Amino acid sequence: MSSHAYDYLDGNAAAGELSKILAVDVTAAVGQCAHCGATRRFADAHVYMQCPGVVARCAACEHVLVRLVSVGHRVVLDMRGITYLSLDTKLGSAT
Amino acid sequence: MAIISRGFLGRRCAADAKLPPGQYLTTDFPVLSAGPTPRVSVDKWEFTIDDGNEVLKRWDWRSFRELPTESITVDLHCVTRWSKLRTFWEGVSLDTLFEEIKTDAQYTLVHSYGDYTTNLPLDDLLSKKSWITFRFDDDDLAPEHGGPARLLVPHLYLWKSAKWVRGITLMREHQPGFWESLGYHNHGDPWREQRYSSDE
Amino acid sequence: MWRVGTVVALRDETATARTISLNVPDWPGHVAGQHVDVRLTAADGYSAVRSYSIGSAPNFGKRIELTVERLANGEVSPYLTQEVAVGDRLELRGPIGGWFVWRPQQTELIQLIAGGSGIVPLMAMVRSRASAGSTAPFRLLYSVREPEAVLYRDELKALPTRDHTVSVTYAYTRAAPKNWPQPPGRINASLIADTTWPSNLGPTCYVCGPTSFVENAAALLTASGNDPHKIKTERFGPTGDLR
Repeated sequence: MSSHAYDYLDGNAAAGELSKILAVDVTAAVGQCAHCGATRRFADAHVYMQCPGVVARCAACEHVLVRLVSVGHRVVLDMRGITYLSLDTKLGSAT
Repeated sequence: MAIISRGFLGRRCAADAKLPPGQYLTTDFPVLSAGPTPRVSVDKWEFTIDDGNEVLKRWDWRSFRELPTESITVDLHCVTRWSKLRTFWEGVSLDTLFEEIKTDAQYTLVHSYGDYTTNLPLDDLLSKKSWITFRFDDDDLAPEHGGPARLLVPHLYLWKSAKWVRGITLMREHQPGFWESLGYHNHGDPWREQRYSSDE
Repeated sequence: MWRVGTVVALRDETATARTISLNVPDWPGHVAGQHVDVRLTAADGYSAVRSYSIGSAPNFGKRIELTVERLANGEVSPYLTQEVAVGDRLELRGPIGGWFVWRPQQTELIQLIAGGSGIVPLMAMVRSRASAGSTAPFRLLYSVREPEAVLYRDELKALPTRDHTVSVTYAYTRAAPKNWPQPPGRINASLIADTTWPSNLGPTCYVCGPTSFVENAAALLTASGNDPHKIKTERFGPTGDLR
């Protein structure tokens, strides 16, 4: 029952918001979906940002991977939808 | 301290009517969504009220559309700060849906098709305060705005007006929903600016 | 977290797109493919944030360029393409992104596929390649609505004549130039077969543009034998705006 409209962005679009709480570039990280087990690059996650926060969903099963809410000075990051994130720290730097 | 961008207004109108604190007037109808738009056909649609153990009442689309409806004009206030005034809807009052329900539960968790949930006190659904709406602006409610049917609770922030609503669970205490579990307010009164759980 | 850039130059690329050159004193440098988040704040405190790809190559020192396409009902793009003036200051967060990037150390074959304003980060890669003196073979497939919508037209035209290891193919979705061999339409399997690197050569592919464009192009690349792990994508949302 999912949309046929391509109304999502991807993990690249969420990276700026996620940098409020994560010091590494998250787009190059590989994450495992806690729901379906798919391991994918975070850059390929389906991201919804037109809402009271940022929601990243697994491209394979659409279950929520990550939610981020910025409330004044507080940033809340819920990552219960990801089993793990794996990052090559040599690759992940900005420049 | 942010740099002010000379001449930037965004989508807002210059003249703001009386709005809740921190809100801005808009004339369009932004589509804000946390996930893909569910496509629910009315032959499969159902709406239930349960108490966590058993279903107390269930309607399919046909029995739901046989219920008495109301036309209402209400203002919408989104926590992302836009407000849209005098929006026109048709729907079934929650008072009608709860007519035969006896409960001492004081809280609810509202479920949508897809995975969205939101929680609010039962009192905020009753006494002419909320509707399950299926028409907006003289047209069937479009899927991107929550069709075939959405909850509408205009006196609270719009995230409580769950799109693609499928049921309400009666609860004995607050169970935070999709946004509430990340810090959004359990109640959500825009006039008291109850955006986040730290507000009051 | 937020840097301040001063607008030092404006250049209209098309009737609806404009390049904004910014001087950012604390710019740490960037890699081709990265983007910035731009924050606009109204006098009453209302703010909006949108992401824009950096179009300029990394060797510009403290100057970066953003090319912004004006969306009809956009909230930020009309302001950036019509209101912003030289001397104005913009708040920027970034550079952002470590996956959708091309570095001159990469020597493998590169396939770039752009849909509309998706050309911007790919142009940064083309420019980065030139300024680094790289000879990595690049192919660019650039899909636009119509000829008037092509960004960086003159620069792209000059490319293959100067350097035979870069080739550019255009595809038009709504209106093609006179005598164009293909009728307007979405890119399809035969265009991929005819104009992109054969998949058995193992190119790294970068696809950028509106979400539906990216999904179509990436699926075509995979169907023609490219390894999905070698296809990097950046989606600009349904209307081509990165948010």
